[in-house]
Amino acid sequence: MSSSSVGTGSGYATERETTEGRVFTVTGGDWDTVTGSIDPLSNEKIVVNMGPQHPSTHGVLRLVLELEGETVTEARPVVGYLHTGIEKNLEYRNWTQGTTFVTRADYLAPLFNEAAYCMAVEKLLGITDQITERANTIRVLFMELNRVSSHLVWLATTGMELGAISMMLYGFREREYILDIFEETSGLRMNHAYFRPGGVAQDIPESAIRKIRDFLVYMPKKLKEYEAMLSGQIIWQERTQGVAVLDVTGCLALGITGPVLRSAGLAWDLRKTMPYCGYETYEFDVPTATTADVWGRYQVRIAEIRESLKIVEQALDRLKPGPIFVADKKIAWPAQLAVGLDGMGTSLEHVAKIMGQSMESLIHHFKLVTEGFRVPPGQVYVSIESPRGELGVHAVSDGGTHPYRVHMRDPSFVNLQAIPAMAEGALLADVIAGGASLDPVMGGCDR
Amino acid sequence: MSIEPNPNGGVPVDADPVGADIDAPAQVPPNQQQKGMFGISGTGDVSGFGGLVRRRPELVGSPRPYGSYFDEVTDALEEAYPGFADAIEKVVVDRDELTLHIAPEKIAEVAQVMRDDESLRFELCSSVSGVDYLNSDVRRLHVTYQLTSMTYRRRVRLEAAIPAGGSLPSVTSVYPTADWQERETYDMFGVVFTGHPNLTRVLMPDDWEGHPQRKDYPLGGVPVEYKGAEIPPPDQRRVYQ
Repeated sequence: MSSSSVGTGSGYATERETTEGRVFTVTGGDWDTVTGSIDPLSNEKIVVNMGPQHPSTHGVLRLVLELEGETVTEARPVVGYLHTGIEKNLEYRNWTQGTTFVTRADYLAPLFNEAAYCMAVEKLLGITDQITERANTIRVLFMELNRVSSHLVWLATTGMELGAISMMLYGFREREYILDIFEETSGLRMNHAYFRPGGVAQDIPESAIRKIRDFLVYMPKKLKEYEAMLSGQIIWQERTQGVAVLDVTGCLALGITGPVLRSAGLAWDLRKTMPYCGYETYEFDVPTATTADVWGRYQVRIAEIRESLKIVEQALDRLKPGPIFVADKKIAWPAQLAVGLDGMGTSLEHVAKIMGQSMESLIHHFKLVTEGFRVPPGQVYVSIESPRGELGVHAVSDGGTHPYRVHMRDPSFVNLQAIPAMAEGALLADVIAGGASLDPVMGGCDR
Repeated sequence: MSIEPNPNGGVPVDADPVGADIDAPAQVPPNQQQKGMFGISGTGDVSGFGGLVRRRPELVGSPRPYGSYFDEVTDALEEAYPGFADAIEKVVVDRDELTLHIAPEKIAEVAQVMRDDESLRFELCSSVSGVDYLNSDVRRLHVTYQLTSMTYRRRVRLEAAIPAGGSLPSVTSVYPTADWQERETYDMFGVVFTGHPNLTRVLMPDDWEGHPQRKDYPLGGVPVEYKGAEIPPPDQRRVYQ
């Protein structure tokens, strides 16, 4: 470039002397040539990285989108940003400790992770039919409450992403009610490690049962409010109806299960089709829709909250006093746990007994807690219906006190494969709606 | 007076007790197996972690009848798939689950029949994952496929074993859902699926070296100081046998 302009001191801009001092005049004239060289008709293709830190991608999900104008021509999800090696870590802990790891995978449905894992360990041990009725009822009760809280977060975040900010506030407010119930029982709002191989960690206190009863009265009213707020609203309808359609064939090919599959019309719910934990004895329906779009998934999830409340009510009614752990003392956790000031821990009575009265109890406690129990060699695959679809645990034992291998088939991981099928050819804004309708939780996806 | 270590092992004593001969209690024969008072080796950590002594139970096939729907499924596969005798290495029924051990090169063919045959109809491939049976035999890497038949409400596990560095056909052409799950198995175990459209890492970073879920891949971790004592990382803690 030649410095041609007269009176250019620095070579970059024209200058002139005024009474205030020297003044430079800078013009951006060359930008016209830059923008002018782009042909808006033939060269509109741009690649956009959405995420991994974007509020509308549900955690650290990254979408690489190729756009032509507003239309997505190619979408590629990139995952793995939240990989924490849960499966590998499990191999270095004993079977009971495993439950504290798996609960952290899908953090919106921690009790489902625990349930699937514990049921896999129980199947390996061959004690599935020894799980007490009370333990199974508590599991069903808590899983259904967890399903409600998970669907509430879905409703809340999807509402936020599609512009209904108040839905976000309401959804999280009601979820907090459920988390209070969990805290009352397990001592923790999330990551409870409440289900253990052989039963549940401790019994439900009366206060928690009262809270659940209150919740059963409170929640249906709120559900009506949500529907009054969203269902008739024209923006909500426009953003969800006919958006991100995926029919049954597409779902099956891509392995999509859960509300997304049911929104396409197939009533596949493992609680009905391959029951576990005594689900076959509860009365509930499997809600479906036929639209196969975001709207259908919204309706399915709202209806599922209602069905879950039905199950919670039945479970409460059949909650009879009884043991919450298997009778086999070689497996049952020796410590009677109690919620203290600093969360759940060994009850003081139990400590007094093993430290003051019974040497055998102390030895037994020590062996079982430090070493753990042995699990006969073999492999099992157990799957349950999590709020997002089929949650499977493939557990392998070599006969030792630690898992040899545990693989979690997390529905978020599998379901995210549907994003290209839903997004390609649609508008950029619908990628958000479609992705949200899958309800991916990256903690579960990346494990 | 200094106490000399007993050359025969055992507890060093100041002097032989009066009247003691070679069988005296103070001169117990040295125990080669045991070290220390409680027979521990390594760090002596008693936190209960570790236990990395792996046993290898031998895998045996199950005799007929298998029970449940397992005979029906096996017979249906035998009828529909002409290469049954070559492809099926072993049939194992354990804990109410059916596992078909498949020759790795036939896995895609078998999956195709499992999906398409009218009396099998395993429409959904629920899960694909790997297991590393290190030191078992040469074919240490096992890939397991959990198939679900929605029509008949049945489950079957296919299992294929390959050596480290080996490969087997991808089932993505039969079950597109296996795409990411095969990528994860490649990522974590180094199993190469031939014919996979995009076999890259999915959970670990693209430039990662090694396959973390293999048994000879260390867990990693650093020792942590807690109240003055040093706690070793989980994979180096006390071993229970």
